[in-house]
Amino acid sequence: MSDIIIVGYDGTASAKRAVQHAAGISKASGGTVHLVHVLEWSPYSFLTPEELSERHKRREQELARATAIVQPVVDDLKSKGVNATCEVRHGHAGELLCEIANDKKARAIVIGRTGSTSIAARLMGSLALTLVQAAPVPVTVVP
Amino acid sequence: MNRLFLATLSLLSVSTAAIAQEAGEAASIDQAISDAIAPIVNPIVNTIFYSVPLFGADVPLIVGWLIVAATIFTFYFGFIQFRGFKHSIELVRGDYFDPKDSGEVTPFQALATALSGTVGLGNIAGVGVAVYLGGPGATFWMILAGLMGMASKFTECILGVRYRNEYPDGTVSGGPMYYLSKGLSEDGKAGLGKFLAIFFSICCVAGSFGGGNMFQANQSFAQVSNIIPFFQGKGWLFGIILAAVVAVVIIGGIKSIARVTEKIVPFMAILYVGSALLIILLNIGHVPEAISAIFAGAFAPTAVAGGAVGALIQGFKRAAFSNEAGIGSASIAHSAVQTRHPVTEGYVALLEPFIDTVVICTMTSLVITITGAWVPDSGVTGIDLTAKAFETNFSGFGYVLAIAALLFAFSTMISWSYYGLKAWTYMFGEGQAKEILFKIIFCIFIVIGSSMSLGPVIDFSDAMIFAMAIANIIGLYMLMPKVKVLLADYHERLRSGEIKKVV
Repeated sequence: MSDIIIVGYDGTASAKRAVQHAAGISKASGGTVHLVHVLEWSPYSFLTPEELSERHKRREQELARATAIVQPVVDDLKSKGVNATCEVRHGHAGELLCEIANDKKARAIVIGRTGSTSIAARLMGSLALTLVQAAPVPVTVVP
Repeated sequence: MNRLFLATLSLLSVSTAAIAQEAGEAASIDQAISDAIAPIVNPIVNTIFYSVPLFGADVPLIVGWLIVAATIFTFYFGFIQFRGFKHSIELVRGDYFDPKDSGEVTPFQALATALSGTVGLGNIAGVGVAVYLGGPGATFWMILAGLMGMASKFTECILGVRYRNEYPDGTVSGGPMYYLSKGLSEDGKAGLGKFLAIFFSICCVAGSFGGGNMFQANQSFAQVSNIIPFFQGKGWLFGIILAAVVAVVIIGGIKSIARVTEKIVPFMAILYVGSALLIILLNIGHVPEAISAIFAGAFAPTAVAGGAVGALIQGFKRAAFSNEAGIGSASIAHSAVQTRHPVTEGYVALLEPFIDTVVICTMTSLVITITGAWVPDSGVTGIDLTAKAFETNFSGFGYVLAIAALLFAFSTMISWSYYGLKAWTYMFGEGQAKEILFKIIFCIFIVIGSSMSLGPVIDFSDAMIFAMAIANIIGLYMLMPKVKVLLADYHERLRSGEIKKVV
């Protein structure tokens, strides 16, 4: 098994703690931390014709913005001697993290806790719950 | 942006007030607007719908133009709409969509957006007109025209993607004006291409004011004023309210309203088709009778002006108006899609006339036929006829229909404001001021449309939409060999495995 730990990273404080946690493990074992930033996107959402024509432009902008959030973290980890990579993807966070974990034959997924107890999160289901139910590898939720 | 919006509103009210004043106190505002428009509109309508007598009925040449084109494309591409149907479904389902492209426009989204532009009042009110004038037999010809139209849509959407403009900032512009000018200049016919592109653009701008706007406003007003008596005779007031909401979206840039309606529209479409199916089930005993009426009417009608040819013309006309195949409009929406090959978009687009005409329009006319709501020469036509048919089983369905009509009208207007704008900027160049001017004129036409009686409005909107087809189809004929080359190339890539399913 390759020694890759997937970290769902969105720039929040808890996501940063998740990165620290994964970095600690990877540094000890000489593995790699793979940061994944997911831009929520449904291929079935409805767009106006104007949005349709601007979609490619917007996507490039979104990817650039997201990369600007993730790349510094990768650089920081590398400077501390941890192997780190990253990717930015559009889609459903739960599905994508599982898919990437499968493709890369990762050893674990680490995500930060949102700390949300709101009705919305209960009804819609949080990322943590989705992953615990569906992930192909062990999942660690960092508080 | 707010200031612009206010400016539009005041401009709208000023123009309406001015017309009202001219009319004096005796005539109503609505009548005044109708009278002012009719002399301008009628000559245009008469030119475009120039008819020749055939078997005792008047056949508008333009309807033949569309049907002949659809038939030629059907044969030229070897009944692609039937052979390629399965492949179309696979493409829309996303079987060939590379996950690495996620975040780009998917085939499903392009189809949904283009459909929200075509599924409009044509499906509710237009079919009412067709059955009223052409009898149940019009349904048969409508379905046939829908099936043939799939090949036209296939051709024009492939060309739309093939010759679109991709700007450095990542936005795309495509549609007939681009493939006419760029495609024909490849063959050394740059002058002709440019001429056709400009002709198309002029008609597209006018069509966006007509069928994409006035017809929608007019028929949704008809339904709303039926259930809210307050609005009766106050078409201008309804128009101003509707224009204000449209202005908020297209001028104010408040996309959230459009997004809300875009979410409700599919729901309404399902509700509409669902109710139609339910009525058909409730009257299942009358179905054989209705089907025989449709077939009998298609070939030998009795109570219809013009006989079988009358039914044929009405069916063809309404189908063409509803699914817009050969008109070129959908090509504008489809050209934004992310694809490895232009041909995929043709396959996706051919589902449009199928859903729009073969499924939704047929539902409407079946309900009208089955419930016996159609009474020749009764004066009950358009959306009133559709409402009457639905209400025979569900009293109160008029309310649902009114909401559906409003939402369909609204989403169609939003789409057409974009189509018109694209043609406008093709002619005059891009720029904030020019675009705002177009949008303001568009909103004024909403007020005009809801103020007029049905006749002049429907004629004008038909005329403008059909006029787009003149330039578009000439271009399609000249460019179809290129589509055939693209098609062969695509199938070669499919065979070689260069393009393959991702799942």
